[in-house]
Amino acid sequence: MVYFILKRMIQSVFVMLAVAFLAFSLFRFVGDPITQMTGVETSVADQERLREELGLNDPFVSQFIRFTGDMLQGDFGYSYRTRQPVADMITERVPATLELGVVALIISLLFGVPAGVYTALKPRGIWTQTILMTTLVGVSIPTFVIGIMLIFLFGVQLGWLPTFGRGGTVQIGNWESSLFTISGWRALLLPAITLGVYQLTLTMRLVRAEMMEVMRSDYIRFAMARGVPIRVLHYKHALVNTMVPVITIIGLQFGGVIAFSIVTESVFQWPGMGLLFLESIRFVDIPVMGVYLVVIAFFFVLVNLVVDLLYVAIDPRLRLRDVE
Amino acid sequence: MLTIKDLTVKFPSRFGDFSAIEGVDMTIKPGEIHGLVGESGAGKSTVGAVVIGLLQAPGYVTKGTLTLGDTDLRELTPAQAHEARGDRISMIFQDPQTSLNPLMTIEDQLVETIQAHSDASKTEARRRAVDLLEDIGIQNASQRIKAYPHQFSGGMRQRVVIALAICTDPELIIADEPTTALDVAVQSQVLDLIQQLAKERQIAFMLITHDIGVIAQVADRVTVMRKGRVVETGDTAQVLGAPKHPYTRALMDAVPPLDQKIDRFRVPAADDTAVMQGDTAERWLLEGQQHCLTGLALENLTVTFAGQRTSLFSKPSPYVALEDVALTIRPGSIMGLVGESGSGKSTLAKAITGLVTPRYGTMILGDTVLPFGSSRSRHHSSRQLVQMVFQDPYSSLNPRHRIGDILTEPLWFYGFVKDPAERTSLAASMLSLVGMQPDAMIKYPHQFSGGQRQRIAVARALLARPRFLICDEPTSALDVSIQAEILNLLKELQARFGLTILFISHNLAVVRQMADDTAVLRDGKIVEVNTTEVVYQSPQAKYTKSLLAQTPVMPKSWRQ
Amino acid sequence: MIAFLKKYEGLWLFVHSPLSIVAAMVATLIILGAIFAPWIALVNPYDLASFSLFDGLLPPVWQDGANPKYLLGTDDQGRDMISAILYGARLSLIIGLSALTIAAVIGVGLGLAAGYYGGRFDAVVMRIADVQLALPAILTALLIDGIARGILPTAIQQDLHVAVLTLAIALSLWVNFARTARATTFVQMNKEYVQAAIMMGQRPSRVMFVHILPNILGPLLVIMTVDLASAILLEATLSFLGIGLPADSPSLGTLIRIGMQFLLSGEWWILWIPTLFLIALVVSINILGDFLRDIFNPRLR
Repeated sequence: MVYFILKRMIQSVFVMLAVAFLAFSLFRFVGDPITQMTGVETSVADQERLREELGLNDPFVSQFIRFTGDMLQGDFGYSYRTRQPVADMITERVPATLELGVVALIISLLFGVPAGVYTALKPRGIWTQTILMTTLVGVSIPTFVIGIMLIFLFGVQLGWLPTFGRGGTVQIGNWESSLFTISGWRALLLPAITLGVYQLTLTMRLVRAEMMEVMRSDYIRFAMARGVPIRVLHYKHALVNTMVPVITIIGLQFGGVIAFSIVTESVFQWPGMGLLFLESIRFVDIPVMGVYLVVIAFFFVLVNLVVDLLYVAIDPRLRLRDVE
Repeated sequence: MLTIKDLTVKFPSRFGDFSAIEGVDMTIKPGEIHGLVGESGAGKSTVGAVVIGLLQAPGYVTKGTLTLGDTDLRELTPAQAHEARGDRISMIFQDPQTSLNPLMTIEDQLVETIQAHSDASKTEARRRAVDLLEDIGIQNASQRIKAYPHQFSGGMRQRVVIALAICTDPELIIADEPTTALDVAVQSQVLDLIQQLAKERQIAFMLITHDIGVIAQVADRVTVMRKGRVVETGDTAQVLGAPKHPYTRALMDAVPPLDQKIDRFRVPAADDTAVMQGDTAERWLLEGQQHCLTGLALENLTVTFAGQRTSLFSKPSPYVALEDVALTIRPGSIMGLVGESGSGKSTLAKAITGLVTPRYGTMILGDTVLPFGSSRSRHHSSRQLVQMVFQDPYSSLNPRHRIGDILTEPLWFYGFVKDPAERTSLAASMLSLVGMQPDAMIKYPHQFSGGQRQRIAVARALLARPRFLICDEPTSALDVSIQAEILNLLKELQARFGLTILFISHNLAVVRQMADDTAVLRDGKIVEVNTTEVVYQSPQAKYTKSLLAQTPVMPKSWRQ
Repeated sequence: MIAFLKKYEGLWLFVHSPLSIVAAMVATLIILGAIFAPWIALVNPYDLASFSLFDGLLPPVWQDGANPKYLLGTDDQGRDMISAILYGARLSLIIGLSALTIAAVIGVGLGLAAGYYGGRFDAVVMRIADVQLALPAILTALLIDGIARGILPTAIQQDLHVAVLTLAIALSLWVNFARTARATTFVQMNKEYVQAAIMMGQRPSRVMFVHILPNILGPLLVIMTVDLASAILLEATLSFLGIGLPADSPSLGTLIRIGMQFLLSGEWWILWIPTLFLIALVVSINILGDFLRDIFNPRLR
């Protein structure tokens, strides 16, 4: 088992290195950092001197090593556009995106899992058909459309909820949170629902498919044959076994949440990392783009590692070897 | 005690309602082991499913009565029916691996079952569970009970399954192919256990199986089913020894005996089987033959696979599939290779055909040395001279190719026949030779039954004009009567065309019928090899003796 | 006729599923409309000369102030809504299908090979897939776009725009194909007909494409419909974000972005017509995809 964990960790490191390499290649080959930083007035000689100082003439590998080293120490370079340290720009925006993402994920799980279980256990009910139809449409509507529709309904027509910004925030150490004010929650609601809807439909369909598969298995049939009470059968046996593969997918979905947050933040003008990234694309602000890449990959890899560890904790087949 | 009268079950389909079982009558007394035997599609599992109330939707019972003691099982509400399960009727399935919840300990599964049907406290239930496991023959039960299912071996797992079934003291247990997935030795133990339980606890068993030997060994009474109807029922000795119904008689004729070799099985004449006429194919096979019979000699053959890595620090020890195998197959003879699952039989076949690369050793086909798998060129002569008939007729033919394409492929690939039209007619003729209608050429594999597919597989092998044929469990997936036809076919073809055959099977009786010589394989090592007569009549190795002793057979005294 | 339908179980189920029939009809209508847009549309939204600002902001035919020539009204530039959505759908479909094809070819090819050869090759392909997965679809698409913007000189940026977009979407979709192809190939590798072919001495490429591929098409077909929907949605999202197709050659996503400006001002049709059209297209594709999935997995019925 230890071997398994170690193997996964090494794989994660590999993925991170690959992503770092991609980011670094971005820096090196797309556009010229010097021209970005200095503008047209600087003489060629000065530009050359700057190039030498910053070590841009060094061999590829040593630059890459320096790049990685810097990153590990938290030095992410400077934005072409704002001249600020990228690290600051990103850390400023991280809380907004993370809070949005986590709340969206919670919404999707809170409604998605029970819906999935229900539709699996009662395949012919009228509610099941309704839910399935709704989710089918839900999966087909792009996130931004959902956002627009919610804004239109609740923001414009009904005027109940704000349509942009974060509302009131509270500073906790380095973390600027909007979870502690009513206005913060009101502002969070629509974007979180928008972001959560797509995830919700995916989760529901997945849980449903897995559960139906589990209900067909031999051990469920055997438990039925033994007269195990139906409730126990559904929850203790079927649901627990269903969650094992579902956990992996949820880990993957977290990546989706972060990705779609770009769209949601755009629609609602939510001041998170996604919006920052979009702006950096528009202005071809390479440093921000590259760092965003690495940060996202890091979150993703971290979540997946946690999921794998959970997997090992839950499934005894991975933990214990055969005794005989 | 259990009385079934006129039971009929139908399944709706877009072609109209299909009767799974019709007019079935059966009675089982307390403590009786009642065998329910039949070939695939007979409806045996359906009967079991209906009794315990777990009939697969959309099947439904159209008529009949079902009573257990005084209770009319059909009159129960779903809740009452569910209570009766475990309490009065229980069921065990074929595969012990998938029957247990992999995420729960044995203890949890036992305790939950016991508590579902009695007022026992947790400690009380646990104590009962431990006692039960020890009764069943699991040593060290109080510790083993904390383990998970995957930590038990196959035989132990089936015991755990049985423990789960009896922990609620049911009156009747339905056992659906309980030993089919088990090795002979383990099967023997489990059957003994069933007999013990029936006698000591007066539990009735409905033993559903297709294996006549198993019925012969443990069943008190037996019911024979065919295509959803009961064909014959009575005391086991009478039904198996002196069957009254022609179907039962034909069935018993098809069972390969363990104690003697018969020349050909007696099979009922049906349209498909007869013919065996394919003159063009026959001439083609005989012409251009080197006419030399080809033998195979194996020396020191060892095959290892890389082990599973479980620790970062130590290299995993390799798994030895075959160790120092030495075997000589006489040209033009049939060599039987017997072994249980995991003994290495299939690995041997793969080594010979080049699918697996041996560690070391020599393989000599005729007078040429066979190169090892990875170094064997794709155009090596052995690829044509050695052909194989596989076990699973449902996966040995490409489901997306027409039969015609499947059969003409070897003709095209080896360059035997250049003209496509000629290829087609030769292939059609070969089909006739194996007893199939030539119109099969344009059809797809799924349109044929298992037995027919095996015939096609044999035709395909022959269309490569081989000298050496490996048959890897060719009839293990087939019904006993179809098996008899295919074995007859193989014997006929071997005699006519001078093929040398390596016949691999775990079924000792089948090998007895087919092989001139027999080798016994155990854990990758040849334990005994000799002429079939000697191996079966006077075996030398202890392992061979115990295999023979544990194979369930019908006592000779029953046969007229 | 009935016998024919019964023979092909899929057809039988299709005819008995009204939802699928409706979905197929809607999808066909939209696709036909998109294909024949140049012939049936009133104006060519790309041809600046074919419309005028004076015709701008006209409402659909059932509201006051409408011009019967433009059944569903016009946008702020004076473009006929119907033409706009037909051309928009055309672009969306072209990009979606091209991206899908590229992703399928790369993905299935790699997946098949990974399943067939196993070992090192498989490990490498899986690692690459892992890295690709660590960067979600939108991210990949945005990155490719950003990179293209940075590398290519502005002159040819416009021309290559569609190509870049297609490539970006294709890169985010190939992993799906690869994983499914790999998993199904593994299953087939254990089947005896594959072993028979390998034993015979057939070339690996023949075994993979003649023998294995026909047997893994089922699940791949399902992925294709689902991914087509994803591709279209992805393109719409990118266009909406302003990174995709620009306003003078708009796809449905661009139209929605334009329409959003008028959310509060009352010209609702500029926003909602393209939106509904897009939803209709994607929903019908998804329904068909679901239907296909049910056919290939008979146990779920």
